[in-house]
Order: sequence, then C-alpha cells, then structure tokens
Amino acid sequence: MLAPYLPIVILFALALGFAVFSAVIATVTGPKRYNKAKLDFYECGIEPTPMSSGPNRFPIKYFLTAMLFIVFDIEIIFLYPYAVANRVLGIFGLVEIFFFIGTVFIAYAYVWRRGGLDWD
Amino acid sequence: MFDATSLVDSSNLLALPADSNATLNTFGHDPIWIVLIKVLGVFVFLVVMTLFSIVFERKVVGRMQNRIGPNRTGPWGILQSLADGVKLAFKEEIIPVLADKPVYWIAPIVSVVPAFLAFSVVPFGPQVSMFGHHTNLQLTDLPVGVLVIFACSSLGVYGIVLSGWASGSTYPLLGGLRSAAQMISYEVAMGLSMVAVFMFAGSMSTSEIVGAQNHLWNGIPLFVSFIIYAISMVGETNRAPFDLPEAESELVGGFHTEYSSMKFALFFLAEYINMVTVSALATTLFLGGWHAPFGLVSLWSGANSGWWPFLWFTAKVVILIFGFVWLRGTLPRMRYDQFMHFGWKVLIPVNLVWILAITTVRVLRDQWGSGTSQTIKIMAIVLAPILIGLAIYTAVDLRRVNRLEAETAAEEEAEAARPFTFPIPPIDLKVPASPRLVNAAVTTPAVTAGVGGRGFTEPPAADGSDSSSTNGGRPNG
Repeated sequence: MLAPYLPIVILFALALGFAVFSAVIATVTGPKRYNKAKLDFYECGIEPTPMSSGPNRFPIKYFLTAMLFIVFDIEIIFLYPYAVANRVLGIFGLVEIFFFIGTVFIAYAYVWRRGGLDWD
Repeated sequence: MFDATSLVDSSNLLALPADSNATLNTFGHDPIWIVLIKVLGVFVFLVVMTLFSIVFERKVVGRMQNRIGPNRTGPWGILQSLADGVKLAFKEEIIPVLADKPVYWIAPIVSVVPAFLAFSVVPFGPQVSMFGHHTNLQLTDLPVGVLVIFACSSLGVYGIVLSGWASGSTYPLLGGLRSAAQMISYEVAMGLSMVAVFMFAGSMSTSEIVGAQNHLWNGIPLFVSFIIYAISMVGETNRAPFDLPEAESELVGGFHTEYSSMKFALFFLAEYINMVTVSALATTLFLGGWHAPFGLVSLWSGANSGWWPFLWFTAKVVILIFGFVWLRGTLPRMRYDQFMHFGWKVLIPVNLVWILAITTVRVLRDQWGSGTSQTIKIMAIVLAPILIGLAIYTAVDLRRVNRLEAETAAEEEAEAARPFTFPIPPIDLKVPASPRLVNAAVTTPAVTAGVGGRGFTEPPAADGSDSSSTNGGRPNG
C-alpha cells in the first residue's frame, strides 16, 4: 500500500543529504577573514536603516492576500475531486458545482468591491 | 466506470504487457535497486538540467543582446555553471550579525529539498526495460500525483520567507514578503488551471494524465487553461517579467541578498529546479508528456516506445525553458500592483468561468449526445451567460472609466481656472495642528506651551516638534 511512497522518501533523504552537505561544506572550504563592515547588513553601501527585522515586529500588508489565498485554495481543493469524478456525478454534480463556485464568487465580488484586491 | 477499470487492472497485476500505458497499479513493485537507480537518475537529471539551463540562459540572453555569452570554460563555455558552482564552494561565507542563525541556516535547505521532491511523480517515459526488468520511466506515481508537485512547490515558499526574515535586513525582508504574496497569488491561478485537465483525464495521477493524451494534447482543447498555466508558472517561479521579489533595481537581490557562498548557490539551484519542474508539469499536463510530437508516430511507429520518449520529454522541457529565457530577454519587469491585479482580477475569474464552461459542455454532451443540433444547443447554453456577463462587465467598466475621466477633467479645469499655474501656499498660512499634538496637549501641559508658541512662526516647526514630542524612535522617512 505504501510502496509507491518509498521512492519519495529515498529521494527526500538524498536531497536533504545533498542540501545539508552543500550548506555545511562552504564553512569548511571557504576562507574566514574577519571584517566588521562585512557583517553589517547590506543596503547598497549607505548607512543601514536602524529598522531590523530580527526580533522586532513588522506589519504585514499581505495579510489580506494570505486570507484570500486560503479561501481560494480551499475552493481548489474541493474542485479537484469534482473534476476527477465529473463524468460520474453528471447533472447533479454540475448543478452542485455551479452553486459552489457561485458561493465563492459572491465572496470574491465582495472583496473586490471593498477594495481588498487593490494594491499600491 | 472507474471502479471497473481499476478492478481489471488489479486482477492482472503481474502480467504486464511491455508496451502498455502506465496505470497506477504498475507502480510500487520495483525492486529496491531499481528504485535507487531511478532516484539517482532523477537527482542527476535535475542537477544536469540546472547546470545546462544556467549556461543556456546566459548564452541565449547573450545572443539576444548581441553578445556571445560565456565561452571560456570548457568547449563553447558549457562548463561555465559548473565552474561557478565550484567557485562558490570556496568563497567566504558571510552571515550578518543580526541574522537569526538557525533559521538562516535552514532556509536554503527548506527551499531546495521540496524542489527536488516535486520531480518524484513526473513521468519521463513509458515502460522501459532496465537491466532485464520492466519498469516505468518514472520514479513513482500516486492517485494524487499532481498534488504532490503542487504541495512541493508551495513548500518552497517557506524557504523564501524564512530566508528573507532571518537575514535581519531590510531588502531581503521586503523581497521575501513580496515573493510570498506573489507565489500564493499565482498558485491559485495555477491550481485552477489544472482542474480542466483533471476533468479530461479523469484522474490526478501524472502517468494517467499523460496516457489520456495519447491522441490529442490537452493544450489544444484546453488552450485557455494552458495559457493561464503558462503565465502563472512564470509568476510562480519568480522569473522575469514577474521577478519582483528580486528586482535588482529596487531590492538588490531580494530574499537572498544576505546569502553568500554555497547557501546562495542552493537558492540558485532551487530556482532553476523549480523552473524545470513547472516546465515538466506543463509538458505533462498540456503538451502530451513524453508522447512524440504530432505526426511522428504515423511515420515511425516506434517513436513512443523504449527510451525515445525520454528524448521528447526533455526536448519539450528545454523548449519551455527557452520560453522562460525569451521572456527574460524581451520583457521589462511589471509593476507590482499591475502584477497582483492581473493575477487576482483577470486570471482567477477567467479561470473559474472557463472551468464552469468546460464542465457544462462535458456533462451536457454526456447527457444529450454529441450530434450537431445538440452541440449548437450546448454552445448556446454555455456562451449566452458568458457573453451577457462580459457585456455587463464592459458596461460597468466603461461607466467607471468615464467617471474617472470626468473627474480628472474637472480637476484639470479647476487647476486651469486658478490664477497661478503652480501650487503656492496661501499668504496667511496657518498649519493645522497635528492630531497627535492635540491629543498630547490634552494630557501633558508641557507640550501645550509648545503648541501655543508655534502657529505663527515657521511652519516646518510643526514637523520638528511633532516628532520630538511623540518620541518617534524611528527617523522620519
């Protein structure tokens, strides 16, 4: 039953091994010459802005995009099984899918009208 | 219908005809050494394709710009990317002081591993004989094959966001966030464009989708899906003209600005593997997978058997990669809002309408038959609402455009009617008190004096006293 998944696991192990090896190898082979300016973060050579992302919080403007993505991703996930079985479901499935996409479309139209899809 | 076929397949599981199309049940029976060979094969294929695409891209872009491109390393410069990779391994690794070390280390790994994994279900060819063993030229296949690819390409977003955040620097952070927003936006369009393919194939397994394109490539009847997929695959891989996350002119390098040495190479590798993956997926879903190009089978019946399909598959992928390079050599970068507009306001609604149209046609044709009169009836049923919808949309849009134009015209007129053609402040300028200052004045008496003293003097003083009294930790920008 799980046999088809075995190659994926093996490929995962190989890819992970390769990635970890590559990430580690450079610290061994590369030179290390300390220079304070090098360790500063890069802002085209000008004095970096004191804002740092590290421990500070920052506003995410794309929050709404992420929420919309979740709505549509779920829609997609429901569309896939229908797509695979659409021959079998026939007229019933057709009517249902119209209702389903219609429902999501209302939400979509609402978001559009409220300016959720405007970027600047 | 589907149950019946799967039952038949499972009953003669072991008696596989050598030239049959792959079905799901033929997977998962390889001995372990064949699995290992295939895994290694996929790995090597991806690495070689990456090395090839980098040189290929530089060569082609060079030619497009009347240059020669790299030509020093190896014959015709084909070893250039290998040399670059080796060079990067011997470069110093610089980790900025503010970086979040563990996440900084993990991010390139997170971004490269799913890129490799996505290729595990891509079919390279039909059944071949490998050291006397019949096996599919495909690592594995699952009932949810395409979803595996989809999941892996989504996981790649984590690597990019984490790298942007962990660098502790401004440009990578902006690049990472942009990239995340862009990738999830275009993932929706990409996911929707596949729905029609699943309808045609009646399956989500990659080998069955390829098998269903025996006679006609999906890209022809489903051209709308194909176009949408082709656009969103460029957006999904952050390539020009949608390369906003690493827009050199604004964000230096985007999410990998602070990465150097091999970690940078890993991001590079992931980007090119993703390019190969989406091209391979486009080939699988829309361009007939490993099937020989049109007409070739009628001339030469052996074109779809043995190891030849691997050649067709690779050729199609390389052609699509050439498309990527061509886009990069030709088009300027899009503006961010236009790009997001296009994804959310054009691709998604068109996609949804297209899905509904396709499914209506298919279901009604199953019910009514496919005679001429029925076809006309079905077409009328499908096209009428679309045309009405388009007409309404056009009318609304026209009204909006007219209104905007009228507004701008009115503004311009008002501007022209003024005695001076450039804006000048009125003579008795009184700067309105900042709301923050007013609030502060209610609570602290010290600032009230400041407000009282202001007002009649220099207007710019408002800005100065404002930022000092509210103690803005950040500089004005």
